[in-house]
Amino acid sequence: MTRVTRLITAAVLGALVLGGCSGENGGGQASASASSTGGQAGTGGGTYAVITHGAPGDPFWDVVKNGAEAAGKRYGAAVTYQGDGDPAKQAQLIDQAVSQKADGLVVSMANPDALRESVTKAVAAKIPVITINSGGDSSKEFGAITHVGQSEEVAGRGAGEKLKAEGVTKLLCVIHEAGNVGLDQRCNGATATLGGTVERLQVDVSNLADATSKIKARLQADTSVNGVLTLNPAIAVAAREAIADGRSKAKLATFDLSADVVDSIQTGQILFAVDQQQYLQGWLPITFLYLYKNNLNTVGGGLPVNTGPGFVTKDNAAQVAELALEGTR
Amino acid sequence: MTSVPADERLAGAGVLRRLLVRPELGSVVGALAVFAFFSSRSAVFRSADGVANWLDPASTLGIMAVAIALLMIGGEFDLSAGVLTGTTGLVMVTLATRFGWNVWLAMLAGLVPALAIGFLNGLLVVRTRLPSFIVTLGTFLMLQGLNLGLTKAITGTVQVSGLRRAEGYEGARAVLAGSVTAGGVDFRVAIFWWLAVTALATWVLMRTRAGNWIFAIGGDERAARAVGVPAARVKIGLFMTTATAAWLVGSITALRFGSVQAGTGIGQEFIYIIAAVIGGCLLTGGYGSAVGASIGALIFGMADKGIVFAGWDADWFKFFLGAMLLLATLANSLVRRYAEEARR
Repeated sequence: MTRVTRLITAAVLGALVLGGCSGENGGGQASASASSTGGQAGTGGGTYAVITHGAPGDPFWDVVKNGAEAAGKRYGAAVTYQGDGDPAKQAQLIDQAVSQKADGLVVSMANPDALRESVTKAVAAKIPVITINSGGDSSKEFGAITHVGQSEEVAGRGAGEKLKAEGVTKLLCVIHEAGNVGLDQRCNGATATLGGTVERLQVDVSNLADATSKIKARLQADTSVNGVLTLNPAIAVAAREAIADGRSKAKLATFDLSADVVDSIQTGQILFAVDQQQYLQGWLPITFLYLYKNNLNTVGGGLPVNTGPGFVTKDNAAQVAELALEGTR
Repeated sequence: MTSVPADERLAGAGVLRRLLVRPELGSVVGALAVFAFFSSRSAVFRSADGVANWLDPASTLGIMAVAIALLMIGGEFDLSAGVLTGTTGLVMVTLATRFGWNVWLAMLAGLVPALAIGFLNGLLVVRTRLPSFIVTLGTFLMLQGLNLGLTKAITGTVQVSGLRRAEGYEGARAVLAGSVTAGGVDFRVAIFWWLAVTALATWVLMRTRAGNWIFAIGGDERAARAVGVPAARVKIGLFMTTATAAWLVGSITALRFGSVQAGTGIGQEFIYIIAAVIGGCLLTGGYGSAVGASIGALIFGMADKGIVFAGWDADWFKFFLGAMLLLATLANSLVRRYAEEARR
């Protein structure tokens, strides 16, 4: 037993030491891997850090990541992507990008107040910042070049109108991230235009099984609910299961796309998806930062750049389906 | 003639042995290994700017880990500590922004529910004799619901913000959540609070009667009671200490960001326990140290930020983090086991 213990000790400590040594030799290699997809392209186009509030593994944010990385590849720029739903962690990631002297920052601000200090610090350090997705109202105040996203309230209103036209009178609005003000605004927008009652349900986006059973329980408890609006494609699939399992007649609409959602639109299980075309929220800011670095261009003229809303319905779902499979829609 | 050098060798081994049996030594080795590893991967990591960066998450985690370590040495767990940081922050920001209280006063008011919850946790554990794992899991879930429910009821949204405009904010922020510039680099004030808490906890554990009691009830509660240790009081006190630490961390976080989300702190409770265990605390109680828990927090902070500095793909982040922690803990426990062999 004791001999085994000693052997393992030696092995573990050895592994740690070796890891350190090989890092010394392969320093260049390590920095190349930082570019994720930039790879051999080097850093001629600059290094840009994308820091979002999306949890790793969220299909929506994966498309943003794909967009940013594809743009980085196109321009020969190194793009790093980090996501953390905790605003404190997100602030730390921004601080880190500043100490690494990135050529530009792309930040989604689900909680602008909490990121104020870090973002303004980056701006003070002369690092150009572009905000995406959420936090457009604070973008200009913090000194960002522009905001790339869609107005949540406007998108919510659009969804509410369309649902009303489909005859929905009692709507369940499913919120999947506690603390994201943007989600609240979407529900508010839908409430404003629907004309009927809107109830909210809180679920956890990282526990889809639980989300399914919660939505199902609510639909069974109140059979007068005839519409469900989800704000995330993974939750849309959960709601689709819940509606099918519970034999509910509720009509389902969602924000944002995934391959699954598009399939369901084609089969009629989901009415429509409000598409904010988040690929653009990855691609455009890298493009803007690249142009800023090389040509000092500022896009937007102090106004946000809108990437949506667009609607995906049965009519255009087939074309979008092919693109969603590639992870760009 | 021949016996003299033999004595010298024995004496030398004695010093080494005494050093090795310290519970924190293993974690020091782990911390050095993690530091060396990431330093070789990223120049920014070992720069002053980088150090300030990874000390930042380590500081608030460290304050909690030290308090949790005391509790774990006393043989109990507290799963509600993470959410409690959110609760205290919410109370403080709500009082300051919705009711116009001075920030200092609002902060002190946040201590009241914290102490009450700590007391309740302790009392339930002592009286019902249920495992603290279950009791505090209950309070953890209750607080989680209470945080969200009350926040929505009072503000209509899922976060309270606007602390920046409250009276006394600047002063409170400078003391608890500001930063100190040294050599052109901003270091968080929380780092000093972390050091102070670690020093205080170490002093209590090593130099006071209360410290002896904590080790005693964690080692063998019945034997401790038999020799007259007031086990119930010590345990309730430990839970209240944890709650006080949660209050401190909650206040620091709220002051730093000027707003608190209803979901703040959820999931952190396990990180605190992990940091304490990396630092040499036994899950069964009776063994561990405050310094060790602090170093555990340091390892966690270094691994957490080092992975980003090294530029590894974020999709693999959690995997690397888990592997780093496992390796650091392995190194720690093996060094300790070796030390215990040497003692025999």
